[in-house]
Amino acid sequence: MQREELTDFLKKHFPDATFPENTQLPEMIVPAGDIAAVATELKTSKDLAFDYLISLTAVDYKDKFTVVYHMESTLHRHLLVVKTDITDHEQPAVDTVSTLWPTAIFHEREVYDLFGIKFNGHGDLRRLFMDDDYGFPLRKDFSDETRVLTLSK
Amino acid sequence: MTMSEQIIIKDIIVKESDDYIINMGPQHPSTHGVLRLEVCLQGETVKYVIPHIGYIHRAIEKMCEFDTYAQIIHLTDRMDYLSAHMNNEAVCLIVENALQVEVPERVKYIRTILDELNRLASHQLWWAAFGMDLGALTTFFYGLRDREKILDIFDESFGSRLLHSFNTPGGLMHDVHPNFQKRTKEFVKYFRKKLPEYKQLLTDNVIFHQRSKGIGFMTKETAIAYGVTGPSGRGSGYSCDIRKYAPYSAYPLVKFEEKLQTEGDTFARYLVRMDEMVESLNIIEQLVDNIPQGDFTAKMRPVLKLPAGEYFQRVETARGELAIYLVSDGNKTPYRMKFRTPNFSNLFVLNEISAGYKIADLVAISGSLDLVIPDIDR
Repeated sequence: MQREELTDFLKKHFPDATFPENTQLPEMIVPAGDIAAVATELKTSKDLAFDYLISLTAVDYKDKFTVVYHMESTLHRHLLVVKTDITDHEQPAVDTVSTLWPTAIFHEREVYDLFGIKFNGHGDLRRLFMDDDYGFPLRKDFSDETRVLTLSK
Repeated sequence: MTMSEQIIIKDIIVKESDDYIINMGPQHPSTHGVLRLEVCLQGETVKYVIPHIGYIHRAIEKMCEFDTYAQIIHLTDRMDYLSAHMNNEAVCLIVENALQVEVPERVKYIRTILDELNRLASHQLWWAAFGMDLGALTTFFYGLRDREKILDIFDESFGSRLLHSFNTPGGLMHDVHPNFQKRTKEFVKYFRKKLPEYKQLLTDNVIFHQRSKGIGFMTKETAIAYGVTGPSGRGSGYSCDIRKYAPYSAYPLVKFEEKLQTEGDTFARYLVRMDEMVESLNIIEQLVDNIPQGDFTAKMRPVLKLPAGEYFQRVETARGELAIYLVSDGNKTPYRMKFRTPNFSNLFVLNEISAGYKIADLVAISGSLDLVIPDIDR
């Protein structure tokens, strides 16, 4: 599907989602509670068929976390960016999509490792790079006391 | 184990207390870097494999948040050091697209030739090391002998052999050496003559067939589900070449085929890379005689500030899809930079495709995925 066609289709099927304009790729922002249901629909629907999860990551906006999913359909060759905001900055958590895309098992582990975002329903949520008692380094308020050189803007 | 059984995705491994566990790595020669595989065995058969990573995690994504775009280029070399040029190019493309800079035609041609030379050098080293992993020492000497010719071309033009950092946002650091065209043409001619030797030595070798055929089956569905791209994915018939689907630089101008194998085993992944080497030579031949004259860089400001927004760029490295997701807040450093590296996704399919085979096959299977560990850890 072309971009406009895809956005119209998604608007019809996901009335709760918002669609920002003037973005490089088609984007869809869904409420955090809906992500599992939306992802299931995106993957299993024949017209959408987003079977390839390119990347799953997060961004720390200081007052909220945004989890970003880039996905592509290998059948229709269209791309979509799905985002969801987590407003709880203290105990961030969101539903897992690892049951749909096995690659998400490891991407979610990475996000948990670096941001401390918990994925509900993930069967193997362990740290990936860091030690268990290390902080969450990609958070903006992270500070490492052992750091010799200070990186500053 | 049959192919149909392989489709069932064993997403979470169940450990039992009487499992017989051995550790492969972090200093095992066949892991090509510091990767530890926790292998559970039943006799000689692999029950499951758990990769442990992070031994060379250098926080590249965190460092990017404090570095300017010109500085970030030098970090990307150190991810997949065998695809240094493609990694550099990905950062350059994302910056150029964000600033809407049109790079000169000459730059596009040179970048594409260097991409393919880098891909060839990477595949040669893989071929050399893969043969050696399976006990064929001669391949290592043959592969490195020919790779040296490419590294000499790199050395002459940009003074470094492995980590180039030759791209800058807007173009190239400086123009290529006057000998570049001549030497590249000489190399293409030379390497076309050497490829039959590769075939004779390993591709047609019966012992090699016995070691690599019929093991490590990966179906197309498994490849897509785990996000396995590059030659490893194409060995399963998964058409995933970014050069075809989202062409960049001079790729829209050249004719080439995306090489696919449908078998999905270790030998199929081997064949894809062997075919890709020929395709790379074809691409270089189409471009090297037609490099347009002109500037080696577009006019750029000394300090680059990307407009606030989000950007996405994909390139095809020697191992698969490298995607960069960049969030800019209008400053000279990115707010967040995510590298979706091909090896990260390619590694984690290992348990899925090696369970049920012998431990000696595990070396062949992981070798056929062509992993570069710093790219996984970042």
